[in-house]
Amino acid sequence: MEFLSQPLTLLTFFPLVGVLALAFIPGERKNLLRWTALGTSLVVFALSLWVLSMFDASNPSLQLGKPLPWIYVAGWNIHYHLGIDGLSILLVLLTGFLTPISILSTWTAVEERVKDFMMFFLLLEVGMMGVFLAQDLFLFYIFWEFTLVPMYFLIGIWGGPRRIYAAVKFFLYTMAGSILMLLAILFVAIKAGTFSVPGLITQLPELYASGVIDPQTQIWLFLAFTAAFAIKVPMWPLHSWLPDAHVEAPTAGSVILAGVLLKMGTYGFLRFNIPLFPQAAVQLAPWLALFATIGIIYGAAVSYAQSDVKKLVAYSSVSHLGFVMLGMFALNEQGIEGAILQMINHGLSTGALFLLIGMIYEQTHTREIKVYGGLWKITPIFGTIMLIASLSSMGLPGLNGFVGEFTILLGAFGAGLDGGAFQPMGGVWWASISAFGVIMAAVYILYMFQKMFLGPTGSIVEEVKHHGHPLRDLNWREILTVLPLLIFIFWIGLYPKPFFDLMAPTVKALVAALPLVP
Amino acid sequence: MPQLNLSDFYTLLPAFVLTGWASMLLVLDLFIPRGSKGLTAFLAAVGLGLTLGITLVQAGSSSLGFNGMVVLDGFSVFLNALLLVSGLLGIALAYGYVRRMGLERGEYYTLMLFSVVGMMLMVQAADLIVVFIALELLSIPLYVLAAFNNRSPESEEAGLKYFLLGAFSTGFVVYGIALVFGAAGSTSLYGIVAAAASGAPTLLLSIGAALILVGFGFKVAAVPFHMWTPDVYQGAPTAVTAFMSSGAKIAGFAALLRVFAVAFPSLTADLTPVLAALAALTMIVGNLIAVSQNNIKRLLAYSSIAHAGYILMAFVPYGNPQVMPVSVAAGLFYLVAYAVTNFGAWGVVIALEKEDGKGLEISDYAGLFWKNRPLAIAMTIFLLSLIGFPPTIGMVGKFYLFRAVIDGGFVWLAIVGVLTSLVSAYYYLRVVVTMFMQEGEPQAASEFWLNFTWGLTALVTVIVSFVPQLLFEWASNAVLRLF
Repeated sequence: MEFLSQPLTLLTFFPLVGVLALAFIPGERKNLLRWTALGTSLVVFALSLWVLSMFDASNPSLQLGKPLPWIYVAGWNIHYHLGIDGLSILLVLLTGFLTPISILSTWTAVEERVKDFMMFFLLLEVGMMGVFLAQDLFLFYIFWEFTLVPMYFLIGIWGGPRRIYAAVKFFLYTMAGSILMLLAILFVAIKAGTFSVPGLITQLPELYASGVIDPQTQIWLFLAFTAAFAIKVPMWPLHSWLPDAHVEAPTAGSVILAGVLLKMGTYGFLRFNIPLFPQAAVQLAPWLALFATIGIIYGAAVSYAQSDVKKLVAYSSVSHLGFVMLGMFALNEQGIEGAILQMINHGLSTGALFLLIGMIYEQTHTREIKVYGGLWKITPIFGTIMLIASLSSMGLPGLNGFVGEFTILLGAFGAGLDGGAFQPMGGVWWASISAFGVIMAAVYILYMFQKMFLGPTGSIVEEVKHHGHPLRDLNWREILTVLPLLIFIFWIGLYPKPFFDLMAPTVKALVAALPLVP
Repeated sequence: MPQLNLSDFYTLLPAFVLTGWASMLLVLDLFIPRGSKGLTAFLAAVGLGLTLGITLVQAGSSSLGFNGMVVLDGFSVFLNALLLVSGLLGIALAYGYVRRMGLERGEYYTLMLFSVVGMMLMVQAADLIVVFIALELLSIPLYVLAAFNNRSPESEEAGLKYFLLGAFSTGFVVYGIALVFGAAGSTSLYGIVAAAASGAPTLLLSIGAALILVGFGFKVAAVPFHMWTPDVYQGAPTAVTAFMSSGAKIAGFAALLRVFAVAFPSLTADLTPVLAALAALTMIVGNLIAVSQNNIKRLLAYSSIAHAGYILMAFVPYGNPQVMPVSVAAGLFYLVAYAVTNFGAWGVVIALEKEDGKGLEISDYAGLFWKNRPLAIAMTIFLLSLIGFPPTIGMVGKFYLFRAVIDGGFVWLAIVGVLTSLVSAYYYLRVVVTMFMQEGEPQAASEFWLNFTWGLTALVTVIVSFVPQLLFEWASNAVLRLF
């Protein structure tokens, strides 16, 4: 029972306490159910802050957890090992932060089967925390696959009209990648005799040097892990599950999906692909940059073409995550730091956009851009917050998106120079083309804002008034839901140093281990 | 004249005790009045429990009995225990079901006991003649059980079909045994391996081994010998199907593994590609056809075929002495995982089946979660386990299986395995979708032993996935006696 005394165990599994409590509350006491779930997720957030307070940012290695033997039999070396370092601390905080916000957003949006909704949501939190904290491949795989199950139910039960299709597609797409990763995990673990991530990082170089795993095999292994993570990110051309899942998911589901679940993919690249298969990472970096760049441009272009506002934001995720991929595979400190920060930024700004869209959808029950118009006059607070979130998403200087994208582009330009990761193929082209993506983001975001909030009053305003529910502005609960996001949008935009400080030593160590000519 | 002594009987003691008990029960049942056949079920369960106790006492011992005709080793103890537990679960599932369906007759339980005896003998057989006798002993009661609902033409058809194809497959086994005897001059597994080492004609031996493989292929429902499975599984009373799909598969795989690993290691070069192809074909065909099924019994039948493929996959590297222990352990672990999950899933099917044979379409499961949460959650756990998804024992089992396969150098087979698992996710999820995301008014039977069975198996499915250490150890210690 030694594992129970670890702080990270508490952080990961605390939501189960909430699940248990919810199980004993009768289904008709909806408010009690909501408060219980919210309370649980707030405790988890507090626990994540507690973990932050114990976290030593100057230490680049894994902290706050110690491997405990779990399954030890005939060549199996499986540990229960949770640990945290500069790559995961921000994502853990983001998970702890977004979950209560998402639960708050369901207060009036989810009226049916509240109990089950909350239970699935808290189970999802367990899975997400576990993914970011697990340092043993077996344990990681369990958490990774497990997140699919609650999300599948959230989309499939509480989603929109095509929810079943979207839920099954989400499940099968993600599973398709994961099972290839499973084989690679087994292959690596058999060769190295351990599932432990730190153990593999020390042992694999010997296996590469002695030729037990040849370079070609290393590339295949890298690609098998990539299959799992690239689908999750989603990297173009594997993104087609994302718009369906986002559009059909309930608001809270979309927020968590965009805010945290997609980051599991990019995090996976950082945690596993790059340190475990360094030669393959260097060799394939230009190709991944190519796909990332296509994703940036493609996502932005397709966003512009959408008539459904939720779909527009969904496709913008493809574009934004393209930036994260580009920065990450620049394989230099700036690129990777920018990528991690951009993961957080995307969670904040896209999370805010999905929340806001959900709030207006609750009143109008439509997401067609063309029926809206002139909303700013009618709902000024909503309009202002929407503007801030939009500007953050398109990367306006002074807000968080700019810091992330700028750092990524710096890293990507650096990678195009002599000795950089992109040099063998395309050089600075990828950064140059991607910079164009920032402009395209401005086009689709401002187009959306203009159509919905400026200009003549849209038909929907009359229609809802006709039905006796005239449009109202945000109420205190809704403002409270998005306000924390806005604070961080400004904070990161104006003073990002504390955030960079948390990850810098780990990123530095990660880059130093890569076989790149400096 | 060979001598028999007490240790010979000790080697086969569980089978003797159960045979005696079953024979006694057959007589005793005549005096149990028609309305209280529950007593027969209880007595049958006591017999199984008693035998299970004896089997567990035997753990750790290893001996040959009856002049090398039967063997007692870690492998046989492990599988005997699994078979006896399967028998107990089979009785628990049948208890309320046969009453509800108006099938309550004492022979049901006696037949089950005899079938279990056959399975146990199969597990312990060290001679091809004993394998053959065991095969008959386990099959004949199952033919009768499949046709047990004699008012239903489907059940009759199932019995007849199972009988005809089963007899046909037994013919293959006998012919194979004859050829092997012709080549090796012995039917003892240990004699065959000695003969093969001293230059028995390999071609004849290979053909014999292949024919035996065909025969067991029928029993475990491997493609292309699977044709009987969906019809028999669908037509037979569901409680019988549950027992048959686990028990017969366990026994079939046990014999396959023992016969091939002990007697035919010299034929690896010829047989390994055949086994690999068989495994791949079984996984592909089983999973692909399952996609289009609308009846839950047929769906689970094809799923059972597909799982035969996964288990077969573990046996592919049987000829590699380094990998063989892992491969045996992985196979055993997966058999446990499959048996537990499978009984649970069939338990849910039984809970939803109606007296008139309705309630077996997937659409009958619509809205189950909102009417009966525990049952729907249990079914979801079983289906996730069949997919190989955490946190279930099926996931750990697949992990282990794929490890054995990759360890043996068959990465392509592992890739086929995972891709077909993906296909299987599609059809298992259809049931989940129906239970959670569609509206309906399903009515489930609630009987104590039935609820107990699916509840217990659901708990085991989840809990063992978190603490698999013990089962791992048992499976790795369940070694084959190779000399």
